[in-house]
Amino acid sequence: MTCLPAKVEKRLGLVIDLDTCVGCQACVTACKGWNDQGAGLSDQDPYGADPSGTFLNRVHSYQVRPEDGPAQVVNFPRSCLHCENAPCVTVCPTGASYKRAEDGIVLVNPDTCIGCGLCAWACPYGAREMDAVQGVMKKCTLCVDRIYNDNLPEEDRIPACVRTCPTGARHFGDLSDPDSAVSRLVEARGGYELMPDLGTKPVNRYLPPRKKGAAAAPALEPLAATGIAGWLDRLLGKI
Amino acid sequence: MTAPRIDTSPAVSDEIRQTTCYMCACRCGINVHLKEGRVTYIEGNRDHPINKGVLCAKGASGIMQVTAPSRLKAPLRRVGPRGSGAFEEISWDEALDLAVKWMKPLRETAPERLAFFTGRDQSQSLTGWWAQAFGTPNYAAHGGFCSVNMAAGGIYTIGGAFWEFGQPDWERTEVFVMFGVAEDHDSNPIKIGIGKLKARGARVISVNPVRTGYSAVADDWYGITPGTDGLFILSLIHCLMQAGRIDLDYLAQWTNAPMLVNGEEGPEKGMLVKNAERQPFVIDRRTGHPAPWDGPGVEPDLGAEWQGNRTVFRHMAEEYLDPKYAPEQVAERVGIPAGRIRGLAAELAQAAFDRAFALDRPWVDFRGNRHDTMQGRPVSFHAMRGISAHSNGFQTARALHLLQILLGSVEAPGGYRLKPPYPKPVEAHPTPHFACTPGKPLSGPHLGYVRGPDDLALLPDGSPARIDKGFTWENPFSAHGLMHMVIPNAHAGDPYRIDTLFLYMANMSWNSSMNTARVMEMLTEKGADGEYLIPRIIYSDAYASEMVAYADLILPDTTYLERHDCISLLDRPISEPDAAGDAIRWPVIQPDREVRCFQSVLLDLGARLGLPGMVAEDGSPKYRDYADYIVNHQRRPGVGPLMGFRGNGDETGRGAPNPAQLQRYIENGAFCQAHVPEGAAFFKPWNAAYQDWAVRLGLYETPQPYLFSLWSEPMRRFQLAAEGQGDRQPPDHLRARLRQAMHPLPIWYPPYGDADADYGYPVHALTQRPMDMYHSWGSQNAWLRQIKGHNALYLPTAIWEGQGFQPGDWARVSSRNGVIEVPAAHMAALNPNTVWTWNAIGKRRGAWALDKDAPEGVVGFLLNHLISELLPGDGRLSNSDPVTGQAAWFDQRVRVERVAAEDRPAGRGAQPQFPILPDPPRAGGGRGTSFLRKLDPDFRRKSGEGAA
Amino acid sequence: MHPAPSVIVFTVLSGAGFGFLACLALGLLPVAGWMAFAAWGLGYGLAVGGLLASTFHLGNPQRALLAFTQWRSSWLSREGWTSVLALLALAPLALSDWLGLGLGRWIGWGGAGLCVLTVLCTSMIYAQLKTVPRWNHWSTPVTFFAFAAAGGAILAAPGWAAAVLCPILGACLLYGWQRGDGAFAAAAQTLGTATGLDRLGRAEVFEPAHTAGNYLLREMIHVVGRRHAAKLRVIALVLAAALPAVLVLVPLPGMRALAFALHLAGAFAARWLFFAEAEHVVGLYYGKR
Ligand SMILES: Nc1nc2c(c(=O)[nH]1)N[C@H]1C(S)=C(S)[C@@H](COP(=O)(O)OP(=O)(O)OC[C@H]3O[C@@H](n4cnc5c(=O)[nH]c(N)nc54)[C@H](O)[C@@H]3O)O[C@H]1N2
Ligand SMILES: Nc1nc2c(c(=O)[nH]1)N[C@H]1C(S)=C(S)[C@@H](COP(=O)(O)OP(=O)(O)OC[C@H]3O[C@@H](n4cnc5c(=O)[nH]c(N)nc54)[C@H](O)[C@@H]3O)O[C@H]1N2
Ligand code: SF4
Ligand code: SF4
Ligand code: SF4
Ligand code: SF4
Ligand code: SF4
Ligand SMILES: [Mo]
Repeated sequence: MTCLPAKVEKRLGLVIDLDTCVGCQACVTACKGWNDQGAGLSDQDPYGADPSGTFLNRVHSYQVRPEDGPAQVVNFPRSCLHCENAPCVTVCPTGASYKRAEDGIVLVNPDTCIGCGLCAWACPYGAREMDAVQGVMKKCTLCVDRIYNDNLPEEDRIPACVRTCPTGARHFGDLSDPDSAVSRLVEARGGYELMPDLGTKPVNRYLPPRKKGAAAAPALEPLAATGIAGWLDRLLGKI
Repeated sequence: MTAPRIDTSPAVSDEIRQTTCYMCACRCGINVHLKEGRVTYIEGNRDHPINKGVLCAKGASGIMQVTAPSRLKAPLRRVGPRGSGAFEEISWDEALDLAVKWMKPLRETAPERLAFFTGRDQSQSLTGWWAQAFGTPNYAAHGGFCSVNMAAGGIYTIGGAFWEFGQPDWERTEVFVMFGVAEDHDSNPIKIGIGKLKARGARVISVNPVRTGYSAVADDWYGITPGTDGLFILSLIHCLMQAGRIDLDYLAQWTNAPMLVNGEEGPEKGMLVKNAERQPFVIDRRTGHPAPWDGPGVEPDLGAEWQGNRTVFRHMAEEYLDPKYAPEQVAERVGIPAGRIRGLAAELAQAAFDRAFALDRPWVDFRGNRHDTMQGRPVSFHAMRGISAHSNGFQTARALHLLQILLGSVEAPGGYRLKPPYPKPVEAHPTPHFACTPGKPLSGPHLGYVRGPDDLALLPDGSPARIDKGFTWENPFSAHGLMHMVIPNAHAGDPYRIDTLFLYMANMSWNSSMNTARVMEMLTEKGADGEYLIPRIIYSDAYASEMVAYADLILPDTTYLERHDCISLLDRPISEPDAAGDAIRWPVIQPDREVRCFQSVLLDLGARLGLPGMVAEDGSPKYRDYADYIVNHQRRPGVGPLMGFRGNGDETGRGAPNPAQLQRYIENGAFCQAHVPEGAAFFKPWNAAYQDWAVRLGLYETPQPYLFSLWSEPMRRFQLAAEGQGDRQPPDHLRARLRQAMHPLPIWYPPYGDADADYGYPVHALTQRPMDMYHSWGSQNAWLRQIKGHNALYLPTAIWEGQGFQPGDWARVSSRNGVIEVPAAHMAALNPNTVWTWNAIGKRRGAWALDKDAPEGVVGFLLNHLISELLPGDGRLSNSDPVTGQAAWFDQRVRVERVAAEDRPAGRGAQPQFPILPDPPRAGGGRGTSFLRKLDPDFRRKSGEGAA
Repeated sequence: MHPAPSVIVFTVLSGAGFGFLACLALGLLPVAGWMAFAAWGLGYGLAVGGLLASTFHLGNPQRALLAFTQWRSSWLSREGWTSVLALLALAPLALSDWLGLGLGRWIGWGGAGLCVLTVLCTSMIYAQLKTVPRWNHWSTPVTFFAFAAAGGAILAAPGWAAAVLCPILGACLLYGWQRGDGAFAAAAQTLGTATGLDRLGRAEVFEPAHTAGNYLLREMIHVVGRRHAAKLRVIALVLAAALPAVLVLVPLPGMRALAFALHLAGAFAARWLFFAEAEHVVGLYYGKR
């Protein structure tokens, strides 16, 4: 399975709106919570001097200094992009890493992963973290155990991070279908790939921050009047 | 080869229990998933009005709060010196006996010697009622150091506030402007709202010295100089008025703008002119004669002048058309170019007037006038502590309300909408009660809205009746008290000494106090008699916080999944503009420790003390526990803590107690809503349909229509006193400041902290709430502390480059009050004269069950050490807003100096450091320890062993 | 990249081992009897020791055999196959040398080829990674070959051959460092491209995503001090290439062993640098490299 499927039926993925993400980290702990459920993603030294743990989704915060206009802060969630041309899959010696033909989701089989770490080396996006307790590679599953889960109500069959995002900055859907809501969003807002020249062909897309700055409102014209009395006359005369 | 078969449809849990989150005070609905009785997963409740399914970072990691090793496990009695952290575990009976032994004599001799202050709890209607029954005047919650300027500024102006008591009309607003909001109490609703605006492409604008979070996504950012928002807003008002782009109709109908201001020298000067029935009136444009303000068909003349008295509107024109408010005049001071100010004014006007719309909803106002449509003004505002935590914050809040009103957008479609029980005018609120008699309850609630000097909480000799000096000349409108002054005042014996300080859920020896280092000393200092200056401290916390070490008796609380709570319309409900709402918490799991729900403990204490209302006829406790109280207590006949499922279970708002009420709440997802009828949803203060609905629901007993107070008579009464009018007179040293701060129209004056700029402290220093941490409690959460385990001081480019800071450098930051030495970092999107850090990330070493070398204690730091609780000079004036007593956290001025990384000795952490706190007895354990996890069946499923 | 001891030991020992085995297979060092046993034993020992060391890097070494399954796409898997096949293929010749069975030397050619392939596969594990520009270059396999060849030659080839191969290795190292130092910049990935924020302006880290450590920070981000690196480069060059090149020409007993010991020490230093100096693009997200 280390070879990539010749053809995927769908390209499920996330579209993340950088114009809307406030950097609240809700998707980070919602992801941790769903994928942990008491045991799945370990933490080391959790109350200690040097804590560390496995998370499948991290939210960075960058500052950008445009040529014109004041500096900006952009919050930037980062998780697996479910690349079409996933190098993490092809490097895997065991077949534990694989891309599903039915929906394009890239997964790790925890039963066959030997924990060599090579896939994490191959991923440009830092989307894989080795779990220190289990010795196997962990990554975003696109919540494959939610999106098809018959035990969840229909509306909840979306990734945990998408469900929880308070601003609605995260969108989930099929990017191979040009008519899907996510594809239309990407189209309308100029959604882009990360580091496209590495040839990974990520499925996930990022929507860039919209142009910031003043609105083009017509300037206010002072009422032509002298003194308060004149001003009152002009103003109240309008009623 | 084929992909492994995986189980894409695993069972999620055995059971879901719905309750209310309490990782912060936002009160989102949660679905708690349980397996074999243990909590395995928490997600948002989609049906819940507050969060509609979403959760924030804290809410989604609540599971780690419930398993945190820092949970206290049994009542504790101090055995070593105070502050040493030496405790012994005692039984609940011993603990309660001890508390009664301390409190009972106080009640019988001098009830004011018990001071009961609570943090950000959501049971103030219970705690206040308890304190009232005890008879002490010394009660308040945290609002005084939190955001009372917001609350009071709003109530005195529009009869409702920002805070979480209203919200923009997210569906219709086109331009939304936020002043000084980092996270807000309404955390998820604001995020959901901003998301809606973003999805629609509506404009989000932020006025904030710091461009993070909401400001980062804002379409436009005004990086204002701290403390100058009032001036900025008044300049916007200047521009709008100058151009005549204001809603005259709105002003004439719904505000006191057309009322006449008494122009005659004397005791009535500046008060509204009244007729023989003591009613203010207006001049009818049709006749030029006085007419009743609420007369049908009357067309009030905004520009009238009558017998030498001019309308409020004329006074406004004189004040705000003054060139001192011209953008060019204020630009430098506020740090925003004049063109940008004019641009924003134009954008507001365009939204309000050029994009105005009308909703096809006929309605009838309180005058009986019928309106065919509802006039929409799609511009809205929100503000929080960025404007309120300054010593001019009350007036700034008023200025912002004035701006909204001039645009005609408050309670208009597209504008700012209040949530029931608001709108509610000052007149519908109580005045403060404080006169205490040994052995007797107080005659009414402690906190209220002062109408004039007569309502001040002063003893006959003119000295403050309250330990926090609330409702005195120093802070007349201190509607939430001044919790930040309780310890310093009690320590100083000013205005008097107390015996027992009873605290609940407030980390007063750490992040909630100004001048933290000194406060710790105040708590441990002894008098000549060898007795602590604050002799007894009783404290209820759920966790091993910094405050625990300073208490003599600890009453350990449950965590939020283990207790009953009531989020009540009597307190801080979960209403929406379109619906009143309240909610409960209930024990979805049982505590595994000797801890008790604090509210139940309080009722138990009340019964043991024999407090009225808490004992039955036969002397037995009236309420079994808090749950029993929630169901059976009645404030007024038929009105209790919860509005839903009353009487036979179908009555909402009013009705007899229903024994099945809590069960009905649980079945309904732990909340209840009563929807505002469609025709009543806007213009609520004047909308007859709304007023009638509110009476039916029990929000008030009779309709309470009122006009917005652009000109504030209560304020003017204080100005008059300061000018020497009346028999209740302020001390001379406060006259000038009262005259300035109590201006009946919103004005701006420089925050008091600005004085420090002249003493070598030029730079503004701020804190912000991190979205992923709640004050001090977040750090005990193993997930959250990995995200923010330490903080840095962010320096603007001007300082960073100006002083040659390099990555890894530290900053020595000094103020009038102290010096801290902390990690520095560069931020470009920041006001050039401002530094800031995240609030309350720094922890005292040894607290919260964290390793003594945890980054929170070693490099994390508090700004609070720099902030003095007093203004410079003698007289012990608090570092607060002179109107409300709101703690002026953000007035802080500092000096910043570079400390090069190489000049710091290895291992030197953030300064100051305090002795490491010993660990109090606590639950221990915690999650994330590895070996046991492998034995866990869930672990095996998640690690793939469930795979076929 | 984190210079994990297990991986350094693996690549150094197995590289030298397969180099040496190839030399033995080609008959560059005529050995027989117990001398052959010792020589082949050393070769096998180095190669197998290296392979075993690599399993210490695994989170679940007990499943290591699964690594043989993906030879069609994975260089790591291929390396597993080639190394095992090489070891198997050379066994008859080794036995023959030891026991004097007199098999024709040609039967070692296949094995020698497999040794070369093994070294190629090992090097390609690194060279294939576009995420690590310093590695992602033909010079990575060439340097690995140079190491294997020089190491093998020091032990097994005529002095002149070793004396030629060592400077070649030195040249490879120098070239690798020189090119490697500019490789990250040449790959032209920046924080701006990693985030796409270059379309807005100059991007830099404002706040870290998390203040606590994680796997990525430990594994991919390792900062070596410049002075430290320069010193180590000199040590590596002198020990791995320069000194052995001279020593192999000194006709004294034990010189070869000394030369090999120094070479190995140099190889460890060079390999430590190979990892420690390699910068992974993921560091861009953290503003670290
Ligand atoms: N520099 C600076 N200082 C500030 C501010 C600022 O902006 N800047 N903000 C101020 C403001 S607005 C506020 S509100 C204060 C907040 O400060 P605090 O009110 O002190 O808030 P917390 O740190 O959350 O402390 C509350 C205590 O409640 C305990 N607790 C948590 N859950 C429970 C429970 O279920 N039961 C009980 N009994 N206890 C519980 C916690 O363990 C903690 O000890 O900080 C103030 N301090
Ligand atoms: N996640 C999380 N949520 C919380 C809390 C928490 O600790 N964590 N605490 C809760 C509590 S108790 C409170 S009171 C609320 C407070 O909610 P906020 O009012 O949002 O709290 P702060 O973080 O104090 O935000 C103050 C903001 O005002 C800005 N500011 C400071 N001075 C000025 C000024 O002069 N002008 C302007 N325009 N802006 C200024 C600061 O940069 C900052 O962005 O949050 C509540 N919600
Ligand atoms: S983001 Fe990384 S882990 Fe995910 S598919 Fe792409 S390369 Fe693989
Ligand atoms: S760590 Fe696991 S999934 Fe990744 S390459 Fe190695 S075996 Fe494959
Ligand atoms: S899709 Fe699921 S696994 Fe992936 S980041 Fe979101 S919550 Fe985590
Ligand atoms: S939950 Fe949404 S808004 Fe919050 S950090 Fe994640 S993507 Fe951004
Ligand atoms: S905002 Fe977050 S922590 Fe606060 S109640 Fe809602 S989910 Fe809980
Ligand atoms: Mo607060």
